[in-house]
Amino acid sequence: MRKITSILLSLLVFACVTASAQTLRIDVQGVAQPTPVAIVPFGWEGGDAADMPLDVVKVIRDDLLRSGRFAPVDESKMLQKPTDGADVDFQDWSFVGVEAVVVGKVIQTGANAYTLQFQLFDVFGRRQLVGYRMPASRGTMRSAAHRVADMIYEKLTGIKGVFGTKVAYVTAKREGEGRLFSLIVSDQDGFNEHTIMESADPIMSPAWSPDSRQLAYVSFEGNQSSIFVQTLRTGNRFKVSSKPGINGAPSFSPDGRKLVVTLGGVDGNLDIYVLDVNSRRTTRLTTHRAIDTEGTWSPDGDYIYFTSDRSGGPQIYRVGANGGTPERVTFEGSYNARPRLSPDGKRLAMVHNDRGNYRIAVMSIDRKDLLVLSTGRQDESPSFAPNSDILIYATRQGRNGVLETVSADGLIRQKLAARAGGDVREPVWSPFPRF
Amino acid sequence: MMSYFKLFALAAISFYLAGCAQNTIPDPDPTDTTYPADAGDASTSGADSDMYADGEFMDDPSAGELTMVIYFDFDSSEVRAADQDIVSRHAMQLGSGGSIRLEGHADERGSREYNIGLGERRAQAVRQMLLIQGVSAGQISTVSFGEERPVGFGSSEADYAQNRRVEFKYSN
Repeated sequence: MRKITSILLSLLVFACVTASAQTLRIDVQGVAQPTPVAIVPFGWEGGDAADMPLDVVKVIRDDLLRSGRFAPVDESKMLQKPTDGADVDFQDWSFVGVEAVVVGKVIQTGANAYTLQFQLFDVFGRRQLVGYRMPASRGTMRSAAHRVADMIYEKLTGIKGVFGTKVAYVTAKREGEGRLFSLIVSDQDGFNEHTIMESADPIMSPAWSPDSRQLAYVSFEGNQSSIFVQTLRTGNRFKVSSKPGINGAPSFSPDGRKLVVTLGGVDGNLDIYVLDVNSRRTTRLTTHRAIDTEGTWSPDGDYIYFTSDRSGGPQIYRVGANGGTPERVTFEGSYNARPRLSPDGKRLAMVHNDRGNYRIAVMSIDRKDLLVLSTGRQDESPSFAPNSDILIYATRQGRNGVLETVSADGLIRQKLAARAGGDVREPVWSPFPRF
Repeated sequence: MMSYFKLFALAAISFYLAGCAQNTIPDPDPTDTTYPADAGDASTSGADSDMYADGEFMDDPSAGELTMVIYFDFDSSEVRAADQDIVSRHAMQLGSGGSIRLEGHADERGSREYNIGLGERRAQAVRQMLLIQGVSAGQISTVSFGEERPVGFGSSEADYAQNRRVEFKYSN
């Protein structure tokens, strides 16, 4: 009798979960055989069940599902729903066919104070893989849940999770005669969107500082391009470059003290410069009369990779961060631009012309082999997640840009629901958060 | 000397315009300031609009009815031969003072910051022509919007052709 009631109950809960999942518009193409896992509904030790600040399990479940590597089992299939590790019956779970089980609970400890705890078990090995307890408030519960998903993901895949990271991007919406440009920061799953800058003039090329506290970007306020650095917490910003002609393509150095930028001057000869953020002093790195732009630091700080059309069409080159003779890096195809290195330094992402289509490709720095990852006609702005395993980029859907992610091996794809609407472009993935 | 040049330029322009008038090929007309593909949101009403259709003030170069935009070929920053007269007329206009901002644009293909470079190259091509024709460097500024300010919002060749352009913006 108890079993029947619990099955009925879980059916009810399951119906609710699917209903709310539909509004998320998750569109995932995962690996051929995702790992079956069970995330058991978390216990709640507080007042009313309605007082639980967040459906923590739903956040964790959605994270793992969207990663494309996991197949969370339906609650209706669960034979037991323990909230403590001691109550986990491995026999039951191996019967259900899952490889890992997550149990946990949320405990209220004060008016707006909670403890979120969880344990992850290996069903076949019959052992705990990780257990963790962390404090949270109503405001931080979502990021605490992402952190749980990150720990589960890392234990099971060996790859650091990026569920707790953020993404910055630009949107353009038609507004009357003109357009409204917005610079937006959101969680990587699209929640917690914050517009940090709005303008009737174009906003371009957002770039995270390595401590993820600031964004550099280009703004065309007053019909003149300028580079700004804005602190996210306060919203304060300062203009770091506003020379005659082009001020563009900022990207932070690994120590966060410098920006590589593109300056054009009155004669419009775009070259790569290093700008010291504090002193505003610039050092010129390239002097070619071709277009040199889109500079980005290698993670070790030794090189600056950039786009140049000195050989005709755009190709990727690199130059020593303190100067030197640029050397060409890409040779495959007639158009390779907008280089971005993976944080582990092993791969180079770019926009590559693939038989007339502009697509995202990655090249391994060692082997130089090029892998085309995206399938659109006009894909752009690749940016690596801080774990080097996933990229985000913009693609076209009708007349609007939307965001997609793809794993660096091309196996897992995800279309992100554009909450903000409008034409979404230039996504940039934040570094790992600091706790 | 200058008046000789003006006369010559005028002659060249009227010759060019005469040629244009007989030309029935529906090329994107650089003198047309209404952008067909940009009419997406606009609702039109018919009242009296016909009476303006034939208006032309092209015979007076100082009257301000200058062509304010020229277009470029794919992957090119070369001012088309037919548009060189338009640039000359702007040079003449600037001969009597004032300053101009040349706004370069690119179509949406490829990466955004590289397209800023392509737009700047176009603006600079026009700037060089103006400088050669005697306009002082202090009168000219350039800005490139790359693909950020399209006129045609679609992804067809026609949209691209409209977006590869330089606009002439007088500030005083």
